[in-house]
Amino acid sequence: MFDLEGFGHLLFQGTLMTIQLALVSLVFGLVFGLLGATMKLSRFRLLRVLAGIYTALIRGIPELMVILFIYYGGVILLNQFAGWLGYDSYIDISAFAAGVVALSLTFGAYATEIFRAAIRAVPNNQLEAARAIGMSPATTFRRILLPQIWRFALPGLGNTFLIILKETALVSVIGLEELMRKTDMAVGYTKEPFTFFLFAALIYLAMTAVVMLVQQGLEKRANRGVAGRVVS
Amino acid sequence: MNFDVMIEALPDLIDGLWLTLGLVALALLVGFVIALPTALARLSPLVPLRVVAGAYVFFFRGTPLLVQIFLIYYGLSQFEGVRDSILWPVLREPFWCTLIALALNTGAYTAEVFRGGILSVPHNQIEAARAVGMSAVTAFRRIIWPQTIRQALPAYGNEMILMVKASSLASTVTLMDITGVARTLASETYMPIEIYTMAAMIYLALTFSMSQVIHLLECKMDVTRARA
Repeated sequence: MFDLEGFGHLLFQGTLMTIQLALVSLVFGLVFGLLGATMKLSRFRLLRVLAGIYTALIRGIPELMVILFIYYGGVILLNQFAGWLGYDSYIDISAFAAGVVALSLTFGAYATEIFRAAIRAVPNNQLEAARAIGMSPATTFRRILLPQIWRFALPGLGNTFLIILKETALVSVIGLEELMRKTDMAVGYTKEPFTFFLFAALIYLAMTAVVMLVQQGLEKRANRGVAGRVVS
Repeated sequence: MNFDVMIEALPDLIDGLWLTLGLVALALLVGFVIALPTALARLSPLVPLRVVAGAYVFFFRGTPLLVQIFLIYYGLSQFEGVRDSILWPVLREPFWCTLIALALNTGAYTAEVFRGGILSVPHNQIEAARAVGMSAVTAFRRIIWPQTIRQALPAYGNEMILMVKASSLASTVTLMDITGVARTLASETYMPIEIYTMAAMIYLALTFSMSQVIHLLECKMDVTRARA
């Protein structure tokens, strides 16, 4: 059906880069999300306000703008900061690093709300019961809170990861050679934009389908032993 | 921070704002028109309808918007039939191509929002409507649709805001929307921080005021709250 005219390996390299970018952003994004949720549920007003500003900014500004800001603005800020510390050779940010920062900040903002809701969804009396039978706060977190947060948060996290996976395409704008950029290069040689962009679209669809399958499997596992309807 | 640059950039960015608003408004309108029949087709007893609508939704929700825009703007020119057709003056323009991509994209997401809304209407209400002699169309108009829209409003409002953000991709096919203007100004002035901060503030003002309007609408439509 597709004659890729020998450019298949190019698209394959691009796909690998896309997957790398998405996975690294997922890891940092989860950290930002947990941090954000903890801040939002904190006793300290300042932390709550800071987390609120973070999520409001990310939700209200286009991801492309965030990527451009971090790539072009981040370099300037970083060098000013380095200069201020007395380090005077020029520091450059790679497109990959800028992409990871932008995408993980985006993932983190959505994950903040998801984790917050998930933590809230664990009934308080379970925590009291754990305390009453003598569990330490750390054990309570590990044995009672974490498995349930995971279960409540999984559907939302899966959907957010799908959003991030598709947004990796935007990092091609700042020159990262992921799937979109490589496809663009192949189009430049072959002059067959429809064939190649459609093929790229199918690769993205395949990745989406795989993520959805993994998500289903994880949800099933997280929900084992829970009677009745899946909590969404 | 160079505030003069920020102030100077404002008129140009406002010019871009009109294009952003135009794109978003038109895309939402067309998307809405696409979404309703798609949602109904997804719930139809006819298998071919379900499959076609399902494939459309899966494709546009499962691929990046950037691919969709490139597929329409660059992709269609691959076919001589398209280049020779009377539609070519339209399909050659980045504005129309972006609009088509945005509309098809939001149409797919909105269809899912509507589908969820329709499914939330209890089945016995529909049976009751039919039992008192309402036609399927009347039942949809009087019973299903008002509840669908009320149920779907929060998610639809979210989709509207996502569309504002998505419209920034217009800048990748040379359109001068807010992001397009900002990218040009940033490379002309070598002051990306000032320019992008200003552009981001315009987007924030836009998305924030939209979410306020949506919230107001939600309160207005919330029957339970109005009664209490």
